[in-house]
Amino acid sequence: MTQQRDDGRRTTSVVLCGVGGQGTILASKLIATAAMDRHIPVKTAETIGMAQRGGSVFSHLRMGVGVATPQVARGTADLLLAFEPAEALRQLGYLAPDGVLVVSSRPVVPVSASTGGPAYDLDAIMGALRARVEPLRLHVVDGTLAMEQLGSTKVLNVVLLGVAARTGALGLTPDDMAQALRQRLPQRLWDLNLRALAWG
Amino acid sequence: MHEEFLMGNEAMALGALAAGVRVVAGYPGTPSTEVLDTIARRNPGNVYVEWSVNEKAGMEVAAGAAWSGARSLVTMKQVGLNVASDPLMSLAYLGVKAGMVVLVADDPGPISSQTEQDTRTFARYSKLPCFDPSSVADAYHMIQDAFELSERLNTPVLMRPTTRIDHGYEAIQVADPEQWKDCQPDGFQRDPSRWVIFPKLSRRNHELIEKRNLELRGQLSAYEGNQVVPAGDVCPTPRLGIATHGVSYTYVQDVLGRMLPADQRPRVLRVATPFPFPDQLAEGFLDGLDQVLCVEELDPVIERSLLELAGAKGIDVRVRGKLTGDAPTAGENTLEGVEAMLWAFLGLEAQCQEAASEGQGSGAGQKAEPAAPEPQLPVRPPVLCAGCPHRASFYAVKVAMKGRKTIYCGDIGCYTLGNAHPLDMCDTCLCMGAGINIAQGVYHVEPDTACFAFVGDSTFFASGITGVVNAYYNQANLTLVVLDNSTTAMTGHQPHPGTGRTAMGQQVKPVDITAVLRGIGLTEVRTVDPLDQEAAVRCVREVADQPGVKAIIFKSPCVVLTKPQAHSQVDRDRCIGCRRCISQLGCPGLYWKDGKAAIDQTQCTGCTLCEQVCPVGAISGGERL
Repeated sequence: MTQQRDDGRRTTSVVLCGVGGQGTILASKLIATAAMDRHIPVKTAETIGMAQRGGSVFSHLRMGVGVATPQVARGTADLLLAFEPAEALRQLGYLAPDGVLVVSSRPVVPVSASTGGPAYDLDAIMGALRARVEPLRLHVVDGTLAMEQLGSTKVLNVVLLGVAARTGALGLTPDDMAQALRQRLPQRLWDLNLRALAWG
Repeated sequence: MHEEFLMGNEAMALGALAAGVRVVAGYPGTPSTEVLDTIARRNPGNVYVEWSVNEKAGMEVAAGAAWSGARSLVTMKQVGLNVASDPLMSLAYLGVKAGMVVLVADDPGPISSQTEQDTRTFARYSKLPCFDPSSVADAYHMIQDAFELSERLNTPVLMRPTTRIDHGYEAIQVADPEQWKDCQPDGFQRDPSRWVIFPKLSRRNHELIEKRNLELRGQLSAYEGNQVVPAGDVCPTPRLGIATHGVSYTYVQDVLGRMLPADQRPRVLRVATPFPFPDQLAEGFLDGLDQVLCVEELDPVIERSLLELAGAKGIDVRVRGKLTGDAPTAGENTLEGVEAMLWAFLGLEAQCQEAASEGQGSGAGQKAEPAAPEPQLPVRPPVLCAGCPHRASFYAVKVAMKGRKTIYCGDIGCYTLGNAHPLDMCDTCLCMGAGINIAQGVYHVEPDTACFAFVGDSTFFASGITGVVNAYYNQANLTLVVLDNSTTAMTGHQPHPGTGRTAMGQQVKPVDITAVLRGIGLTEVRTVDPLDQEAAVRCVREVADQPGVKAIIFKSPCVVLTKPQAHSQVDRDRCIGCRRCISQLGCPGLYWKDGKAAIDQTQCTGCTLCEQVCPVGAISGGERL
């Protein structure tokens, strides 16, 4: 799934997107931790600051030898990891023609949709995603069901990471991710997060 | 050495510690904040760290420390340098003894700032050397180089990353704490001919500084950060060169790496010390070139330097960039933007179009079939958090002053977001602490307008107090509203003088805002909990019509730092679907579902504001600390 560069080296590009507070930064750190454990050079770029207050946020992550910048060029992401359907559509242009989209179907409806801004049409947005990404490359995760079954609203990021790892598009295995979780998180959160990683 | 996955700001903090920094001061401001946060967290115990009341205070603390022989660092964002420019401009003439680095984070875009000013331009204006890193690893090494240069030349040195460096992460090799330099301060030595600025001394030092900077141009030409990447052996465009810097250098590398084989890539100049400009290196770069494209963010600093150099040396070369309309004059660079610029400059557009038509023009990541109509996407401007007490404060003032002629002068912080619909409670915002005297200026022109100035607690201490003194003494009539959430929320909850704790982790006596205001002379200073709407509205009504300068302190802790107790619930049978809660408050926890209001349980913090606004008592159950 990874790109072959002109100098023969392999790199993987990931774009993570969602709404401020959904845990995109932790997810990108977990991927980076797993990459480091495998001795793969890794760089990420994060949205930090004003946009975190309910705004659209995204992280770019690139791993592999010889990567100059963490910024992912449009049309080159091997994986788009979307925490929210509208944000998936907003960032879809980053996905490579053969890239994989993992998206949570649970919408986060902004205040603006209730106070005169553009409405949030979930069916139209999911329809657009399905029209643009082939079924084999599209993995829709029922975020609401995951939250209910796991009994937590805080682990959607890890659920999505688990699905992404199982598609192979991440270039890292679920075991790699589990090991990264244990390194990054306090032990009391391991059980919940390991269950989230395996969910779905 | 060991490997760590670090944010650029963390890397610069570790670089400063490795360089033996002993005193660190700063004021929070995106994208610079994490530098000082990290030093406080990784402090080996012998470093004094403070969140200063503002950037000017921080600059002076660092200068005093450097004069006493301790390596010092002061951190701020680019607009903070405006506040600190008074001490820095003079300090440039006096210089320092131990190394002193002034870390100023620029914010192309701007992403979280009022201006797109360029600290590289400030470097030239203040005549101070400046380092401009291109990556996290660069940032780690360059701040150490900056300390060495500063101490060698006895001058403060600017370190200027941009947002993408500050908030980019990279796994890099860093020194172990045992390898950190141990620089012992030798103390302040009295010498009025050195540390007391007078016109005669300034005249003499001005001459020395210009001479030093002329010499530095040559010395910095050999600095490893400044480099010329030669053109490939079979480069089809050997007479075209690209000059760049900072994060844009990595974009140029990435784009050239994707579009051309290594042996066809053009010559590239990367400038890591924009001032003093590495003239000798640049002269070699220009040798044999007909045209140069400058790929820069913010000001055309390299472009101007190359034009000056070409003019001074009589070099026949066309320098293109922002000044010639070949590069965007505002906003941050992107991979796509740089790619388009390079294609156009290198004359490869025709090939690009051919490649696109071969690829059948299908968009990235999309099926080749005709695309379905693009659905409208919701917009997500940043908003006050669900349960934010500022929302309640703004709403109380709005309700109390309904129908009156008012102006609401805002300030810098989370509460600038009070401007958003439906609150619409921020008519002006200029810079830190400005709202108070803006309100005063409006009052002197429109005495019949009820003038309000909203200021956060941290901003009040940073630069609000002098504004209150000015308004009070000069007989203005306005209401000061202090939004006291007991933290510096926007930048990630740093302490300030009102919080009772310091960056060193000490518990200390807080500065009491009420006592400060009473000390100035204000007689009407009220404190009220904004989440008690009835009391808050009554308070505004009672205070606003009194003469002179009066103050309301809306005191309620930042919701991010409090633990929600119980969420509010909508009783769907009682909800009459009037939309009042949603349309009046704009809380992200509220949404519209099947003709009734609904509450997102993942966002609601139980602040109860919507319960108090509902006309039929359909919302209940919220509980807060």
